[in-house]
Amino acid sequence: MPTNAAKVREGAIRYLLMACASVSIVTTIGIIWTLAVESYHFFKHEEISVLGFLTGTRWAPLLEPRDFGVLPLVCGTFLVGAGALVLAVPVGICAAIFLSEYAKPGFRGFLKPMLEILAGIPTVVYGYFALMFVTPYLLQWLRPQTEIFNAASAAIVVAVMIIPTIASLCDDAFRSVPGTLREAAYALSATKLEVSARVVVPAAMSGVVAATLLAFARAIGETMAVALAAGATPKLTLNPFESVMTMTAYIVQVSLGDTPHGTIEYQSIFAVGMLLFLVTLVFNIISQQVLRRFREVYE
Amino acid sequence: MNGDEGMFAPNLRGRRRKGALFAAICLVMTLLGLGVLAVLLVSVADLGAHRLSWGFLTRYPSRLAPESSGIKSAIWGTTWVIGLTGLTAVPLGIAAAIHLQEYALRNRITRFIELNIANLAGVPSIVYGILGLAMFTRMMHLGRSVLAGALTLALLVLPVIIIASREALAAVPDSFRYAAYALGATRWQTIWSHVLPPALPGIMTGVILALSRAIGEAAPLIMIGALTYIAFVPEGLRDDFTAMPIQIYNWVEEPEQVFRELAAAGILVLLGMLFPLNALAIGIRAWHQRRKTW
Repeated sequence: MPTNAAKVREGAIRYLLMACASVSIVTTIGIIWTLAVESYHFFKHEEISVLGFLTGTRWAPLLEPRDFGVLPLVCGTFLVGAGALVLAVPVGICAAIFLSEYAKPGFRGFLKPMLEILAGIPTVVYGYFALMFVTPYLLQWLRPQTEIFNAASAAIVVAVMIIPTIASLCDDAFRSVPGTLREAAYALSATKLEVSARVVVPAAMSGVVAATLLAFARAIGETMAVALAAGATPKLTLNPFESVMTMTAYIVQVSLGDTPHGTIEYQSIFAVGMLLFLVTLVFNIISQQVLRRFREVYE
Repeated sequence: MNGDEGMFAPNLRGRRRKGALFAAICLVMTLLGLGVLAVLLVSVADLGAHRLSWGFLTRYPSRLAPESSGIKSAIWGTTWVIGLTGLTAVPLGIAAAIHLQEYALRNRITRFIELNIANLAGVPSIVYGILGLAMFTRMMHLGRSVLAGALTLALLVLPVIIIASREALAAVPDSFRYAAYALGATRWQTIWSHVLPPALPGIMTGVILALSRAIGEAAPLIMIGALTYIAFVPEGLRDDFTAMPIQIYNWVEEPEQVFRELAAAGILVLLGMLFPLNALAIGIRAWHQRRKTW
């Protein structure tokens, strides 16, 4: 039997561990609370309303007359995020098909860590790459009138950043499709392409959708690369060769400027941050729900 | 062979050719990422390699004398901040993972905490920066200090460490636990001497990957107001600091060519820190996979 001292120690350890686990709850409360409090102060100003903020088409926090319509920032964010998805999803899915269906174990053992290294490159490095390489040597070569800061270069580097996420999540999903399904298709004399495209990918569709949503959430939350590459012009445009401003780039710009506490610009980063937080949260939750609800379960 | 077979299309040669083309496309797509990595490294090295020297590592950055600028304050700032991030986030994360995996009952509260951690892992890093700005810098009056930066990054990497540690703990078979209980070990004794040791390589891989992510983060530190041109090394928790990615960002923002070269050299130093760390994490995992006997 354990001694009394041992019992006390066991209990103490148990509560200590529980306290550590509760830090995550405290973090969530902290995030929501700080965003909500300063956003509340932001919306209390006479010139600003929630509706005007969400539907306004002009974002000019410093120029008179001041306007706080967030749509240009949302537009810039989605332009970069959607562009990155369009580029990254086909590449990521093809890479995952190669990894799970075609690659020999040795080659796979080399490729998987390489993808991890690609995912581990800091975002500021990608920003530098967009500014110093992608725009001058790729985009301006294809289309000389491309602006130095443009949404396309940001979308390209963000795509490179999220390819490892998509590839690795899709690879997991494809590999969890049981071999018997593939063998059944081969027995009907299907080729490897037919097995991959008509059996494996459809069977793992929930994983592909979840990976895409997760990657999109990551793309719109991306900051440094986008702040460097896309520029700082809040603009309602769908032209990827123009300079735009994303929500994250605005937040960084204000905080670089050493804005005093309590001013309307200071409070505006919390309102924009709240919107960003909610959008990424929604995409993350949908992604988890897709995985849970639509996953095919095989014995 | 003229389509009279209806649904059955035995044109095996054409289908195989299509299949070979598809396989080639998939291979190219897989190698595309590696190609970008190679182009990135070559273009950075091309611009920055000649700026790398012992002096670059041991001098302070200077706006007035870019030719003799260095990255010393950023190297030390990153060392301080990441060291402190590790000291707070690693024990906290492993403890939380042990609680969730080994102690917690499978009930609503546990499911809520799990869901919460999964969502925290998806919160953009800049939102953690906003939290750090409001909570540590303003409310707790930590200012732009090393401590404020480290705590912000600790909250950022905590979910990653918890998730990785839980996976490592879950991979330890229950028979290990039963064997210890059968010999009269208490719950903690079982965890400490029979579950943690075999889970340790997996935990370490997750921790190293999480911390190397923190090394590359600039946005949260910019949010708390980490100064950009700092020409001293922090000596305590309350000192101001700069970090490698911030210094690089700062140089990229300058229009003159010399600053771009400094940025490229800074990137080489940063990647020179990160690649060995990533290699170490991957190496530990590979070694563990080979060695484990269960």
